[in-house]
Amino acid sequence: MENVADCFLARPDLQQLFDALLARDYDVWGPVARDGSIVFESVESVDMLPVGLIDQQDPGAYRLQETGNERVFDWTNGPQALKPMVFRPEVTLWEVARDAAGGLRFREPARPAQKRAVVGVRACDLAALYIHDRHFLQGESPEPDYRAQRQRLFLVAVNCTRAGNQCFCASTGDGPQARYGYDLALTELEQGFLVHAHSDAGRELLSALPTRAATAAEVSDAEKSVRVAAEQQRALPSRDLRDALLERLDHPRWKETAERCLGCGNCTAVCPTCFCNQEMDQPSLDGGHSEHVRQWDSCFSPDHGYIHGLRLREDTAGQYRQWLTHKLATWHDQYGRSGCVGCGRCITWCPVGIDLVEEVQALLREDAHG
Amino acid sequence: MAERGAPMEAEILDRVQESPSLFTLRLRLTDASLQSAYSFDPGQFNMLYLHGVGEIAISIVSDPREADTIDHTIRAVGRVSKGFAALKTGDRVGLRGPFGRGWPLQAAEQHDVVIITGGLGCAPVVSVINYVSQRRERYARLNILQGVKHSADFIWRERYDRWRALPDTRVLLAADAGDALWPWHIGHATDLFGQLDFDPMNTVVMMCGPEGMMHRAVQHMRKAGVPAADIWLSMERNMQCGTGHCGHCQYGGMFVCKDGPVFPYDRLQSLFGRTGF
Repeated sequence: MENVADCFLARPDLQQLFDALLARDYDVWGPVARDGSIVFESVESVDMLPVGLIDQQDPGAYRLQETGNERVFDWTNGPQALKPMVFRPEVTLWEVARDAAGGLRFREPARPAQKRAVVGVRACDLAALYIHDRHFLQGESPEPDYRAQRQRLFLVAVNCTRAGNQCFCASTGDGPQARYGYDLALTELEQGFLVHAHSDAGRELLSALPTRAATAAEVSDAEKSVRVAAEQQRALPSRDLRDALLERLDHPRWKETAERCLGCGNCTAVCPTCFCNQEMDQPSLDGGHSEHVRQWDSCFSPDHGYIHGLRLREDTAGQYRQWLTHKLATWHDQYGRSGCVGCGRCITWCPVGIDLVEEVQALLREDAHG
Repeated sequence: MAERGAPMEAEILDRVQESPSLFTLRLRLTDASLQSAYSFDPGQFNMLYLHGVGEIAISIVSDPREADTIDHTIRAVGRVSKGFAALKTGDRVGLRGPFGRGWPLQAAEQHDVVIITGGLGCAPVVSVINYVSQRRERYARLNILQGVKHSADFIWRERYDRWRALPDTRVLLAADAGDALWPWHIGHATDLFGQLDFDPMNTVVMMCGPEGMMHRAVQHMRKAGVPAADIWLSMERNMQCGTGHCGHCQYGGMFVCKDGPVFPYDRLQSLFGRTGF
């Protein structure tokens, strides 16, 4: 818990965090209760925060409930992580115009440089962002739109002091405490917030806030509540399920799960690490101009593995097996870790409540193996 | 390679109809400085863009020494490739690339070479055969084994005649069904494996074609004693970005577009032959 902060910001002063960010030209985003869930939106005032709201998450179910208290970060997560802000759902990669002589003029769009601060980011979201940084930026050909969105982020993390029913980030090694990749981290206490700076930009911002040194009791309270949030969680059997799953590609469970799975792709849309995207042209009606866009895609789409007349994964069992073995097994080959950060979104937002943790347990149960 | 960007404009200098469904486009980048900076290895591919329609991944069949032009042999099977089939000399297209990792042509020097293809004419290995035949003295025995479904699918007959005349070179051809003028084997290419002439411990095998055919060929080569790391396969998967980002070409933990498309068999064998990957 070495990163639990040493400064205390009183609850009535939280607005000054938003004011300080706005004064530094950030477009400030934070959690807002909208359409029955918590989403990130532009937030200028603490009055917009989800005061006294918690999220009740179960397989296939998400409900906001009022607690009657003053706390603003007791919710755990909503359907989004940082993914839609950096890996945007639809982006124009390039445009092309055809001139009278038939020549093609290609042009890349400008990538806007507005700075954005996000308040309320969880440890699982930071872990997912780190994975996407590896995927989109650290290869031989960085992805230009992701880079543009990523470069302007200022992240205010919140250490979770309450675990949702579907949370298992402690077992994946990613939470509930933010450990890397943020600028400031908050831990919510009864009377206010412990604040910890983790970057130069974070330290500069912290110096502008009306904080005082935290007392030993406050630090100990914060540590205890984050520890309790970890203890409340369920768990994946192991951080490294690579060989265990790849040894079970013929397990009967794949077909059994496929009988429940609708193949809708909700799990891939809410998963903060799923990165598949498809490219397509959107030509103008006169045919002279066209935009080449990328959009989120899903390995549950029948065309995901399409090659000249052949679909590699026509059935849901094959699609579900591709998704889970990529996420938990072959991801290790690509990025040195599992692709799961333990946020539980795929379970909550699955319309039939297929539970990733339960699926792994069923696949590993020896009596059903082979 | 730098950050992924927009395609470069290319002009169609020549178009050759190779068979009813196969055609070759000879391209040159319209920006002379981009064309002179362009280089590739046999086995790599480009993303070719048809205005307003989309992109397809097509392997490069020309020799890397031909600095002025870039050739692609395309089969008209899908929405984009059928559009490309309608283009004429002088038309403009987009080109991004080259992408991926090509054949182990340096590592194969001084070794016996076995090239196996199946299905319709297989452009990725034609570039290898051309490459080796242009530098014949660097390689030991050369074996070319090609199977086609029907003799009418066989293209580039004169090239095979030319290759057959090279020193220390064996060309074995088979058609599942053949007409009266087909002088070679009628039956599966696998029937001819016994006629290949190579030292299993000093051979590089390169193959492309349908995975079922490659699977049988790999089994044969393994039984003959060729190490898995010396058997190279060109894999085909859905490719949209070419840079390992879009996710469609994943094969287990590999991105076929950037880790391949050419792989040694030891990297593929845990999944090879399994459906659904």
